[in-house]
Amino acid sequence: MDAITIRQVSKAYAAGRTRTEALRGISLDIGEGERFGLIGPDGAGKTTLFRILTSLLLPDSGQAAVNGLDVVRDFRRLRTQLGYMPGRFSLYTDLTVEENLAFFASIFDTDFRENRHLVQDIYVQLEPFRRFRAGNLSGGMKQKLALCCALIHRPRTLFLDEPTTGVDAVSRKEFWQLLKGLQAQGITIVVSTPYMDEASLCDRVALIQQGRILRVDTPEGLRRGYGRRLMAVKGPGMLKTLDMLEGVAGVSDAYPFGEHVHAVVADEGVQWPEGRAAVDVEPDIEDCFISLMKDGHG
Amino acid sequence: MDDAVILAEGLTRRFGDFTAVDGISLSVARGEIYGFLGANGAGKTTAMRMFCGLLKPRAGKARVAGYDVWTRTEDIKRSIGYMSQRFSLYDDLSVVENIRFYAGIYGLGRREVRERGDRMLEELGLTAERKALVRSLPPGWKQRLAFSVAIIHEPGIVFLDEPTGGVDPLTRRGFWKMIYRAADRGITVFVTTHYMDEAEYCDRVSIMVDGRIEALDTPAGLKQAHGADSINEVFLRLARQARRTE
Repeated sequence: MDAITIRQVSKAYAAGRTRTEALRGISLDIGEGERFGLIGPDGAGKTTLFRILTSLLLPDSGQAAVNGLDVVRDFRRLRTQLGYMPGRFSLYTDLTVEENLAFFASIFDTDFRENRHLVQDIYVQLEPFRRFRAGNLSGGMKQKLALCCALIHRPRTLFLDEPTTGVDAVSRKEFWQLLKGLQAQGITIVVSTPYMDEASLCDRVALIQQGRILRVDTPEGLRRGYGRRLMAVKGPGMLKTLDMLEGVAGVSDAYPFGEHVHAVVADEGVQWPEGRAAVDVEPDIEDCFISLMKDGHG
Repeated sequence: MDDAVILAEGLTRRFGDFTAVDGISLSVARGEIYGFLGANGAGKTTAMRMFCGLLKPRAGKARVAGYDVWTRTEDIKRSIGYMSQRFSLYDDLSVVENIRFYAGIYGLGRREVRERGDRMLEELGLTAERKALVRSLPPGWKQRLAFSVAIIHEPGIVFLDEPTGGVDPLTRRGFWKMIYRAADRGITVFVTTHYMDEAEYCDRVSIMVDGRIEALDTPAGLKQAHGADSINEVFLRLARQARRTE
């Protein structure tokens, strides 16, 4: 069964004379218990979609339902079933960790002690700071507190808007471990991120750009569907290598990729200059995103 | 090293009894792209603020663009460029107003502002948008404009504090091409990032853990020394040893 259905949802913002199309007719289904990633840069429409699905914003057109509840009509019932962690820290900075948890629990007519087992794994890390004001916590701890507050009423569906943005690689890894544990408890998780490498940590992902969905697939499916020949070329000198590749016939695109330059090449007849080694490589999610953007889907 | 644009020896900064930066030493050469990595709370921002002349050290020595960070902070500020993801351009000023504003701060004359501004707009392909409010520009354009503005006075060194957060992969790469071109012209680039693939684009990289520099080498050298396939792996290994959180 689908936990989330989205049909032709559009939303535009007007500010003065400028009109921004945040979402342009998005349709998407997300399965129950799935860990689903919305992957795209700033301005792609990720936050707008989250705010519509959590009933905080009305779509201009189209329909969406979460657990069978319409996001516009059934918003009261829907809100008791979902947890939402916005991209910006939005807890009460002058309340302590404990007070924030008690407050969010009381809003949902529940009690922190009663539900503590739900967030046990995360809370053990927070507990030493339970009498700290939320505003004085480190970034990583704030993130964990926000996650606890979003889970306090045992939601069926959890929305996490860029939980790992600006977070270092170690904390990011730990956070994804936590999500794995929550998924095992049967919670549907929708998470957005601008880090393409996090796509591989989701069951399925939607690549989103300028209010449109470029592709929905499993990370593996995305890579398999790449459909071009990709080669990795190594220095010396990134700029020199890029400039050199511009002049090679059969190379349709070249861009830096870690320690290599990735070159999209025609199957046959590429003439590499003397002394330049190139090896075939499997595309990464980021290669897929770049290719979809260049195809003009963006 | 005579041509070092940044030279630090035992640079230290404490806040009360907390040592944010604990005796770091490094030297960055002219035209080098230097990646300054570390987990949140490792002390990167504090170190960067000292290099920019915004914060006095408590111990140690450092020179930036030839000026002492203890005594010549105003000279340092005039000789560097700075750009961060959080603060760069004024959203409610137009493109050309932002250029004039920053050029003015750096003391460029009226004619210079016009000439460099026009050339910059042309290079960025923003000539038609010169009067548009920065707010209305796509994030990628904003970022490229912010970088160009940060080096409008042709500084010897530019500090980039997580400059590429949240942009699409094409824009991110376009941005790195601008960095390469700047370095090619002799501008030293000192950059922090959470994207580990970008660490691979740097000439040399250091990784800070608990206020100290735990590793400093070329990306290839770091990977070899740690028997790792990627900088990400090296980073995870070193940063996991951290005792303190932010």
